[in-house]
Amino acid sequence: MAWFRKEKKPRQPRREKLEIPADVWEKCEACGHTDIREKFVRNLNVCPSCDHHRRIRAGEYAAILLDDGTIEELEESLRSTDPLGFPEYPARLKKAAKNAGDADALLAVGGMMDGAPVNLGVMDFAFMGGSMGSVVGEKIARLGQRSLERKYPLIIVSASGGARMQEGVLSLMQMAKVSAMLAQLAERRIPYVSILTNPTTGGVSASYAMLGDAIIAEPGAVIGFAGPRVIKQTLGQDLPEGFQTSEFLLDHGMLDTVVHRKELKKTVSQLLRHMSGKPAAAGWTST
Amino acid sequence: MTTASLEFEKPLVELEKQIEELKRLAGDRQLDVASELAPLEKKLIELRDEIYRNLSPWQRVLVARSNKRPFTLDYLRLAFTDFVELHGDRLYREDPAIVGGWARLDGDSVMVIGHQRGRDTKEIVRRNFGMPHPEGYRKALRLMKLAEKFHVPVLTFIDTMGAWAGLGAEERGQSEAIAHNLFEMSRLKVPILATVIGEGGSGGALGLGVADRVMMLENSVYSVISVEGCAAILWKDGKSPEMREKAASALKITAADLYELRVIDEIVPEPPGGAHADYETVAASLKEALVRHLDELSRLKPDKLVRRRREKFLRMGQYLE
Ligand SMILES: [Zn+2]
Repeated sequence: MAWFRKEKKPRQPRREKLEIPADVWEKCEACGHTDIREKFVRNLNVCPSCDHHRRIRAGEYAAILLDDGTIEELEESLRSTDPLGFPEYPARLKKAAKNAGDADALLAVGGMMDGAPVNLGVMDFAFMGGSMGSVVGEKIARLGQRSLERKYPLIIVSASGGARMQEGVLSLMQMAKVSAMLAQLAERRIPYVSILTNPTTGGVSASYAMLGDAIIAEPGAVIGFAGPRVIKQTLGQDLPEGFQTSEFLLDHGMLDTVVHRKELKKTVSQLLRHMSGKPAAAGWTST
Repeated sequence: MTTASLEFEKPLVELEKQIEELKRLAGDRQLDVASELAPLEKKLIELRDEIYRNLSPWQRVLVARSNKRPFTLDYLRLAFTDFVELHGDRLYREDPAIVGGWARLDGDSVMVIGHQRGRDTKEIVRRNFGMPHPEGYRKALRLMKLAEKFHVPVLTFIDTMGAWAGLGAEERGQSEAIAHNLFEMSRLKVPILATVIGEGGSGGALGLGVADRVMMLENSVYSVISVEGCAAILWKDGKSPEMREKAASALKITAADLYELRVIDEIVPEPPGGAHADYETVAASLKEALVRHLDELSRLKPDKLVRRRREKFLRMGQYLE
């Protein structure tokens, strides 16, 4: 096990420890706690001090949720186009791809979860705020189709400010498109689990994010139809403490459960096994 | 009916005034003014036609939002008979921002559901600007299920700036309510016809918009985000007319735009001067289109109907591969 191996490592000389370069340190945005990066990473980028769930990339969720060595990217050739000729959109896309990669705002993968095959879509906030345009909708639709054909459960991790306005009403229609696909999964009794991370708002929250057979959120995520800024504007006053957080939604009956990132894989796996009539994975029966 | 509220209609109002003045004079003094009246009336028609043919996208937003336009209840009165309104979501409360109930179209029972705005201040407030809470969407779904139970088609009218953004709406699951409607509308086993009659604002519009056929009135708009919101986000200026014009045109929100993007199936023509200039004519055009589509859809078996509806929405979007 990991901690035994560690003991065998030669001790670092004290002098070297003091010379850790500055970029090895990480600071929690929520509480200001500073720690070496590795400690954050080992804790799945959850602050070791305050449990703040930091934003992570789509690939990292795939690695957290799926079994090592089973992850295969799907539909990776889909690219956004500029259907409306929207000002600056091509340049924005280019910049987003350079910063966040070619998967657009959703990484589609197939893989195994505790030995059972699943299809997984993970939104990536780093790509234009996780905005949902035609590529996001099409990728989810194809993942759904793959789930229909192979009877694999579908999991979507949401992180999005909503529909991508640069694709106009076509983005809006992705809400209907994905919902129509999810209805087909539901009719064939193929489980769909929706995981909400910070933030999940707008058109994403008002479609597939809220349509899971189970809806799970990470702690402290902002989840809502309208963004907090918009509501503040309509109200003309500050929002109550904790409004639109995962915990608030749980209290109001909108979520099944709020789960720490460390427990995410196990919870989803448990749910999927219940819903697909499979026995519990090895080693779980006692817990 | 004068239309003074819209800036670009002012020349029309001027002409209308002149015509009325002339008519009054003629009445008072028993004069024959026909020869003077005719050219003025001709000019009015031409000018109105010209203004409306050349509306900019932002001007269309203003037309679509105008309080003078016919609302859902106006179409119910003019194109339908035997309306019985049904209230409430059976869960929390009645939401007057969406109306619905049984009605007859050419004698046949249908379920009509639509956003409803108010015309005077009191009604505008009571109907919350036609911006529904979750209860409105849940009432709508309840009525759709009722229609399905009794094998009756669903006709929806879209006329909202968007679903309401507020504390109660969030607490009671605005997102869930809309999402649930999208899901259920994609599988409802009776024909659904949706028509955008005014503004189709984002998810709040789509919550009544998943249909076998989607139509737009000629001067209606349908958008993923409000024009002001778009301008504010992109150019940090949602207020100036220039930026609104720029956003309105960039977003491609007019009926012609949506037809070209293959998001809608038909544009229902409005009379010269817009729907608000002649309620009866626009209601007749709308009725003709509704009857025609229903006639086509009623020939399809429920499974085929649902399959086609799903395929229609699954095709939507543009991407490279
Ligand atoms: Zn912290």
